[in-house]
Amino acid sequence: MVCEPYKSKLDTYLDRELPEPEMRSFDSHVRSCLSCSAEALGREQLQRSIQIAGRRFTPSAEFRKRIQESLASKPQRNFVLSSFRPGWLLSAAVVICAVFGVFNSHYLGSRSGSDHVFSEIADLHVATLASSSPVDVVSTDRHTVKPWFQGRIPFAFNLPELQNTGFSLQGGRMSYLDQSPGAHLIYDVGKHHISVFVFQDRAVPVSIGKNSSDPQQQSFNVETWRQGGLRYFVIGDASVDDIHRLAELFKQ
Amino acid sequence: MWISRAAAQPDSFEELAMPLFSQLYNFAHWLTQNREEAEDLVQETYAKSLQGFSSFRRGTNFRAWMYRILRNTFLSSRTGLRAAVTVPLESEEDGLELAVRNENPETILMTRCNSELVQTAIADLPIHYREALLLCDVEEMSYQEIAESLSVPIGTVMSRLSRARRTLREQLQHKCQGERVVTGTGKGVNHGL
Repeated sequence: MVCEPYKSKLDTYLDRELPEPEMRSFDSHVRSCLSCSAEALGREQLQRSIQIAGRRFTPSAEFRKRIQESLASKPQRNFVLSSFRPGWLLSAAVVICAVFGVFNSHYLGSRSGSDHVFSEIADLHVATLASSSPVDVVSTDRHTVKPWFQGRIPFAFNLPELQNTGFSLQGGRMSYLDQSPGAHLIYDVGKHHISVFVFQDRAVPVSIGKNSSDPQQQSFNVETWRQGGLRYFVIGDASVDDIHRLAELFKQ
Repeated sequence: MWISRAAAQPDSFEELAMPLFSQLYNFAHWLTQNREEAEDLVQETYAKSLQGFSSFRRGTNFRAWMYRILRNTFLSSRTGLRAAVTVPLESEEDGLELAVRNENPETILMTRCNSELVQTAIADLPIHYREALLLCDVEEMSYQEIAESLSVPIGTVMSRLSRARRTLREQLQHKCQGERVVTGTGKGVNHGL
């Protein structure tokens, strides 16, 4: 049926998310097809109803004031210096920056960047565990999980043998860090869930030390290292020792 | 050298975050379905994002970053964990084709249902569908922005949106028919005609 390919993408069309050439082709089809234009009209009206109905809850002025006051009471770190004070203050700042900036900028820059990566990894871990379907390939068998990633990610990696280690593989899923695809594996130890992320090292947006850990990342323990052009992250609420043991199994 | 403040980009956390306050609260209320919990969620979101502001990379999407923090905070709360276990029965991999349904005068009429019915139908949606729908249709986010906010691939966003809209249409159709029968009966309209 000629309308079928159009109808299957009608929502995407109404969301203006199709590529430009396809949008043009869609426009001309909808103008000439009674069935599709009626369907588009119905769906657009529904979207408008949702938009109106969805703007339902308004915060109280008192709550807004409370948040503003709490923000005002805490020091805020600015992105850029938005205004300059003249005279000696500026000169003093320049001198201080010249003396200390050279020594600190590299360290602080990479620290802030690696904080961001650790934060992203923690977000991915939490969001996955809270998800209704944490894994896309459900298997405790590494020989099932590893092949599942073939063709889905642009690299290969090995999963460790877990016999008598106390760890068990739960499965895996695709993950993305800075728009780069990677593997996300979930392991259990005791009652704890541990995520292992594997990305291409060049896909990680900032430079992180070859081996490093951030034990206070949103209450999770994290260990990361680089191996064979890949960047590994092990994260979870298990003990530092368990996180380290799982990392060592991957390094073998 | 002086740079006028008006010409400067918003640079403090407050300048970036406070314009999002009302919409974050609205989203939080839709997630928690409770005013006190929504306030707690927004407050915690602002506290966490302020704390982590140094790790936010300028030039990336601040709004998506804030929504992601709010959502992760919600999902790790008791209410969020309870809501997240409401599992949609269908796989997230397929679903776009399931959105193909014939619209007819009935469905067009259905979209004119009153706002209260639409609100109830949105509130009845499973959490993953509800959040995708609200971010797309109410916050007018792009698929990419929704994917960033929800930490899922774009394909999953499209699939969830498709299912959310289909479920909503079905619910509204059902509710509108019910309402028209009740209203019609009250006014003595003969539906047999």
